[in-house]
Amino acid sequence: MSRLAQLSAVLLALLVGAVLLVPAFAGTDPLAIGDVLATRLVPPVSSDSLGNFHLLGTDRFGRDLFVRMMLAGRISLAVGVAGSLLAGIVGTAIGAVAAWRGGVFDQIAMAISDALLSVPRLILLLLCAALWQPGVPTVLAVLAATGWMGVARLVRGEVLGVRAQPYVSAATALGASSRRVLWRHVVPNALGPAIVATTLGVGNAILLESGLSFLGLGIQPPAPSWGNMIAGGRDLIVTAPWVAIAPGLALIVTVLACTLLGDSLRDRLAGERPRDLAERA
Amino acid sequence: MHTLTRRLAAALVLVWLVVTLTFVLVRLAPGDPAAILVPSTATPEDAARLRAELALDAPVVVQYARWMGGLLRGDLGESFAQRRPVTEVLGEALPISLGLGLASLFLTFVVGVAIGTIQAARRRSAIDPVLTVLTTSVYAAPSYWLALTLIAVFTYGATVWGFPAALRLPAFGVRDPAGGIDGFAALIDIVRHAILPVSVLAAVGAAGIARYARSTVADLAGAEWVRTARAKGLASSGVYGRHVLANALPPLVVLLALSLPGVVAGSVFVESVFAWPGMGRVMVLAISSRDYPVVMGATVLYAAMVILANLAADLALPLLDPRRER
Repeated sequence: MSRLAQLSAVLLALLVGAVLLVPAFAGTDPLAIGDVLATRLVPPVSSDSLGNFHLLGTDRFGRDLFVRMMLAGRISLAVGVAGSLLAGIVGTAIGAVAAWRGGVFDQIAMAISDALLSVPRLILLLLCAALWQPGVPTVLAVLAATGWMGVARLVRGEVLGVRAQPYVSAATALGASSRRVLWRHVVPNALGPAIVATTLGVGNAILLESGLSFLGLGIQPPAPSWGNMIAGGRDLIVTAPWVAIAPGLALIVTVLACTLLGDSLRDRLAGERPRDLAERA
Repeated sequence: MHTLTRRLAAALVLVWLVVTLTFVLVRLAPGDPAAILVPSTATPEDAARLRAELALDAPVVVQYARWMGGLLRGDLGESFAQRRPVTEVLGEALPISLGLGLASLFLTFVVGVAIGTIQAARRRSAIDPVLTVLTTSVYAAPSYWLALTLIAVFTYGATVWGFPAALRLPAFGVRDPAGGIDGFAALIDIVRHAILPVSVLAAVGAAGIARYARSTVADLAGAEWVRTARAKGLASSGVYGRHVLANALPPLVVLLALSLPGVVAGSVFVESVFAWPGMGRVMVLAISSRDYPVVMGATVLYAAMVILANLAADLALPLLDPRRER
């Protein structure tokens, strides 16, 4: 691994530790609203009038921004990883079956994927997010529904290549069922590019979730996510800019680390380049 | 000419697929638009009349046929919320988004390719990793956060740090709300309003393009004909301008078409933050009011633009390739 990738891995490990530990051991409840007038909009690295120190200051309700940011990190990271993973699994399944079965299923699957790929993913996300109640399950479903196409195409191409390998005919000749040959012998050998695309997709999924939450279509307050925290600081940007800027920095560091790790993984596996000029929120 | 017809047909089929998919998705929605439009004081009869008027009662197949038929005549239906044709609503928003998008796409390309070329040409100096970290960071930043940060700098910061008047850029809207200016001054006013949104979009786009431009140019810079060009004594600018960039152009044009959805996505947020009444903002507003016809119309229009851009890039590709026969 390159030094940048190592640094990214360390950063991500620290971040995961922090989002798990900080809210658990912080003295304050990040959701509780206390004495608003005494504690609201404290600037970073200073204490409120009750004498409590706030590393990143407080928001308009006097809640500690650092603790809230770490709590939001739990949701944002989990949704990013799960959303990308779900899209990867759906894409692998569709791509593998399309290549294996061929025929009408293949044509329909690829036509739908072409159509979905020609709508900007964010527009598709907005369309879907608007259709169901906003919340974590919706965001996950929508990330999977709009993110499977790239992986499906990669896996389809790989499966078509692997199918011609002698060990596949050997497995068939030994009497393995078609389903067993596909999932036991072909798909595991076709996963390389899909893994890279899924890893690179994590940062993207985090950004898209934050974007939906920023527009009020993703994670709903009072549950904090980096996106809705930035939205919460939006109309304070002129008077208390730190409220919106701090969660954005956490977002940038996380996505940056994910991207650098994914890049390094791609260089190692040196497979086909996945479509990673993905759109950003 | 044969390829052109085939490509056009394929693009049309794709548009039809998108149109159908959009229709299916929207009809899967659990929400009832009439429930939002009808005031809570209305009687059930009023609600039923409104549903009939908006054709929400017809069978889905009839609604689909009606929508497709309308689409072919260039009629996208009527906005539920605004009670006027969708084409009118989108027609007002489209030029604003197009202006914003084209200006930033142009800057994206110029700045992105320039940064990538500098990195490729100076691969052994410190500037390469510095620019890599910079572009990757900007690429990792959400556009709405960049927009808010710029607003903070040009409002809060401008007062705190005492910016000169010329640098106090307006952060919201397309033109001065006071009005009363026209001609050249009005143009300057719009340009001043456009600087912040265009910068955000171009920064994110250029950061993405630069990552690819760097590897494309670096690959080409190692080619044999480049060594030959150097060996015959061509200056570095000539080597890069005539030999390297000319060959890098075709893949980068494809990349530009591929980056269009990114610009679209960015423009949704940028328009929302900077209060530009473009397509993105119209769509976000339409979603919150379940204004189906506007949402569907905007989706189809976005998809059509992306398909058209890909088609144009495909067709322009052979013309740009320096290896073609002259």
